[in-house]
Amino acid sequence: MKYILDLSVAEVTPLQGRFLLVKATNLKGCLPEMLPGQFAQLRMDLSKETYLRRPISINNVDRERNEVWFLVQMVGDGTRSLAALKPGDTLNAVLPLGNGFTLPSDSSERMLLVGGGVGIAPLLFLGKVMVEAGQKPSFLLGARRASDLMLTDIFRTLGDVYITTEDGSEGEKGLVTNHSVLGQNVFDRIAVCGPGPMMKAVARYARSVGAECEVSLENVMACGVGACLCCVEDTIDGHLCVCKEGPVFNINRLKWQI
Amino acid sequence: MADLTTDLAGLRLCNPVMTASGTFGYGLEFQDFVNLEEIGAVIVKGTTLHQREGNPYPRMAETARGMLNCVGLQNKGVDYFCNNIYPRIKDIGTNMIVNVSGNTPEDYAECAARIGQLEAIPAIELNISCPNVRHGGMAFGTTTEGAASVVKAVRKAYGKTLIVKLSPNVTSITDIALAVQDAGADAVSLINTLMGMAIDAERRKRVLSIGTGGLSGPCIKPVALRMVYQVAHAVSIPVIGLGGISSATDAIEFLLAGATAVEIGTANFVDPAITVKVAKGIGEYLDRHGFKSVREIVGLVD
Repeated sequence: MKYILDLSVAEVTPLQGRFLLVKATNLKGCLPEMLPGQFAQLRMDLSKETYLRRPISINNVDRERNEVWFLVQMVGDGTRSLAALKPGDTLNAVLPLGNGFTLPSDSSERMLLVGGGVGIAPLLFLGKVMVEAGQKPSFLLGARRASDLMLTDIFRTLGDVYITTEDGSEGEKGLVTNHSVLGQNVFDRIAVCGPGPMMKAVARYARSVGAECEVSLENVMACGVGACLCCVEDTIDGHLCVCKEGPVFNINRLKWQI
Repeated sequence: MADLTTDLAGLRLCNPVMTASGTFGYGLEFQDFVNLEEIGAVIVKGTTLHQREGNPYPRMAETARGMLNCVGLQNKGVDYFCNNIYPRIKDIGTNMIVNVSGNTPEDYAECAARIGQLEAIPAIELNISCPNVRHGGMAFGTTTEGAASVVKAVRKAYGKTLIVKLSPNVTSITDIALAVQDAGADAVSLINTLMGMAIDAERRKRVLSIGTGGLSGPCIKPVALRMVYQVAHAVSIPVIGLGGISSATDAIEFLLAGATAVEIGTANFVDPAITVKVAKGIGEYLDRHGFKSVREIVGLVD
């Protein structure tokens, strides 16, 4: 079941540079069930230039506080306008949308969660749900430089965290696919969210070692519910809506040249 | 509360609010947000005789108060619709209307004939105005002869209510409207999207995969309103107005301009429950101004 909710902003925290963490609660009842990997369509009421909603992945669901978290990269006028939200303001959201990541079938399955940039957003919620299910996630997070890394302290409470930065200012120097953990460990399942070239590189690695691999796509969307067919990805089953059939896809369904 | 029911070329609508094809899926996508039975009619996604993959991604570019799309009529074909979609929508208690498109008059007629056999589909909307396909589509809708040829072919094959959706990308939309009326259309709906383009200055590339796309949203409303007004004054069949409607006031303006009913399109993406809100808002307007029925305000502006 999908809902249109007038959420109430609880907290807006500016993170490094272009990133914001928006926490919102539902004053009218419990937040609906949401799966890691799903997203919300947020209405940009404070932006004069933005007409359509913006799809933002669900970063965390805090059941105790009845809060949903959105990690937002400020790109245009719409996402920048979220920085002006204040506690108590209304944030209209359509959620939950799309599918979610596949969870490990049992605790013996070793799963690596790979994120780059704002792509780390859904991995926090995914890791948390895994821990609640008695599984142990490992995180591999990539950034340009140390100052671009976000929420690493929270990730560390959930599992092992491996870091790469392109300038070597934290963790190992290079791209996520250069990290030594990939040579030392065998993962059965990999979940990836980040820039396209990063996801393709990780998909290539996953295929080379025979790991199951799912990626979260962020094709430009309009409706968010599979009605307008704008956000399609070319797959072995034809053009599929990223908003409805995705955003999470097994790499074996995609027509990526990897 | 004023009477919102209206009659559209023999179709009884519980209110004059319909959904525009391609913006509301098959209705099922919006069932969590609205009670579909509170919408006058749902026009489902464009259907063609054969399956179409549509245009490559990217298909959408946001614009000031609107968006461009070049989806290109992606659909699984009329047989898939009849066998897989129809059983899921046939019991929805409102007018479920199918938008039909094609490459040739024969395609259109055959597709319409198949849908004509579906008991719970009381009408079709003929799309002779899609700007995003190379053959057919808008090519038929931009000349009086082309438009008439498709409508004549479909009229022979289809006995129920026939709505024809018109393109604004023409010199005289009233000439096209008169031509399709003469060819046997029961109603016209207008406007389809205005052809536009988006360019990414930083990357020095076109944004949409095929370069051009159809513009929709509030930015096109004044153009749509003008065309609805002109056509409503030229034809004797009912006119359905659409183009940028995103509030009850917008819808009322189209009714005053001469539209018997309205379609809501792109606004469904911003507020998935907008249709029922617009219907309610029309009722409140009628009450506030002392009208007993929505039919009283159709064409009130001269």
